[in-house]
Amino acid sequence: MTLNLTLKIWRQAGPDATGQIETREAKSIPIEASFLEMLDIVNQEIIQEGKDPIHFDHDCREGICGMCSLTINGVPHSKEVGTTTCQVHMRKFNDGDTIWIEPFRANSFPVLKDLITDRTSFDNIIAAGGYIDVRTGAAPDANSVPIPKEQSDWAFDAATCIGCGACVASCKNSSAMLFVSAKAAHLNTLPQGQPEKDKRVLSMVRQMDKEGFGNCTNQYECEAACPKLISADNIAKLNRDYAVAAVKEAVSMV
Amino acid sequence: MNKTLSFLTGFWGSSIGKKIVVAVTGAVLALFLAGHLSGNMLLFIPDEGHAFNEYAYFLHHMLHGAGVWVARIVLLTCFTLHLIGTIQLTRMNRSAGQKYQKETSQRSSLSSKIMIWSGLTILAFVVYHILHFTVRAGNEYNNPDLYTVIYDGKEYHNAYKMVIDGFNWAPATIFYVIAVTLLCSHLHHGVASIFQTLGLRTNKTESLINLGSKVYSLVIWIGFISIPISVITGIIK
Repeated sequence: MTLNLTLKIWRQAGPDATGQIETREAKSIPIEASFLEMLDIVNQEIIQEGKDPIHFDHDCREGICGMCSLTINGVPHSKEVGTTTCQVHMRKFNDGDTIWIEPFRANSFPVLKDLITDRTSFDNIIAAGGYIDVRTGAAPDANSVPIPKEQSDWAFDAATCIGCGACVASCKNSSAMLFVSAKAAHLNTLPQGQPEKDKRVLSMVRQMDKEGFGNCTNQYECEAACPKLISADNIAKLNRDYAVAAVKEAVSMV
Repeated sequence: MNKTLSFLTGFWGSSIGKKIVVAVTGAVLALFLAGHLSGNMLLFIPDEGHAFNEYAYFLHHMLHGAGVWVARIVLLTCFTLHLIGTIQLTRMNRSAGQKYQKETSQRSSLSSKIMIWSGLTILAFVVYHILHFTVRAGNEYNNPDLYTVIYDGKEYHNAYKMVIDGFNWAPATIFYVIAVTLLCSHLHHGVASIFQTLGLRTNKTESLINLGSKVYSLVIWIGFISIPISVITGIIK
């Protein structure tokens, strides 16, 4: 079974160029194709016409790398729950549908070309504090550090964030709070993350502010868009951890 | 001293710090509404305003008259910080984002989308409300010949009559009802947001907080619109 679709695709020649929506028919798209494979098919036709293909980000195409982006009909990674763009399949669409395809939009994610955005701002936030200073030497024995089950579950859930940026793209304020809170919660929940907890929270939030992301207004669009179903409870935890860390910093003697 | 100042400006200057200030001041203002409403419910006692006028007298004379000013200063400070904080945050949020050609939202409530507009309407309302019943500008409510009542040989300002006269003018009643409705919308998103911003929301408390926020905003709404509506329909006279 195949579909005939109308695509409204954002085309932008470069970071400083003015972009616009281009309308293109996508004919005979097999329903088994993934969304990115549908774009591959369209691109093949564009290349055969001798034109510039649609540029989009992708890597693993199995939903775990965080490279693919796009908003599909205004929703990052489409309205499918807990799904990355690469895992959206064309069987979710109907014959004759019009599909709007735009890049993730936020000033902190400048468009490089067409649907590709520069998400370096996320890397800068991780570099500011999203790590633990590892000791060198052999890996510790499993279970040598006891961790309560609830805590390890929470840390694991937070750690599943693939850093794609859908939270920012879905947020009306372009806030990166879900990403930052997941990355901070992952380490702040575990014993290994404790020594640098306050420093981490302060540095990551300050870097987030410096990158020009907006502020969370608790609408939870991010939670709805997140392909890894990261909970906004992490944001509450980040708020709490930040308040504690800021006060501790103010009253500390060093 | 300098370090304290730099902590305060740093906290206010950070995204989460500013939001925490907005949440705490919002909580103070939301709790004030509950106190304000419970006092105003005395209007419904059918004693021609005796209880209400004594209550108003008590508010104006507690701590030798200083109490009302302490409350006013605390509320004005909270209101100002809340206002400046939210306007700054809104401006930052607008400059951080870009428009989609195809706009969609999946989960945002209507009240969360209009927070700045409901908030600014409440600002206009508060200014009007204070001029109307506190400063009593452009009306006769400060005239002791018209608005004095005597209980046990002691003179009281007849605040009860002031409320009735105030709401018998239809435009005032209409504006009150509109403003209080937007206040209800503001609280619906705001009260739940206080818990999230202060880090008190988890998956265990989420449903309770959402329900509490709805109930609280509805109680405030019904309570406050009941007064002008009761006056204009003659239930309170």
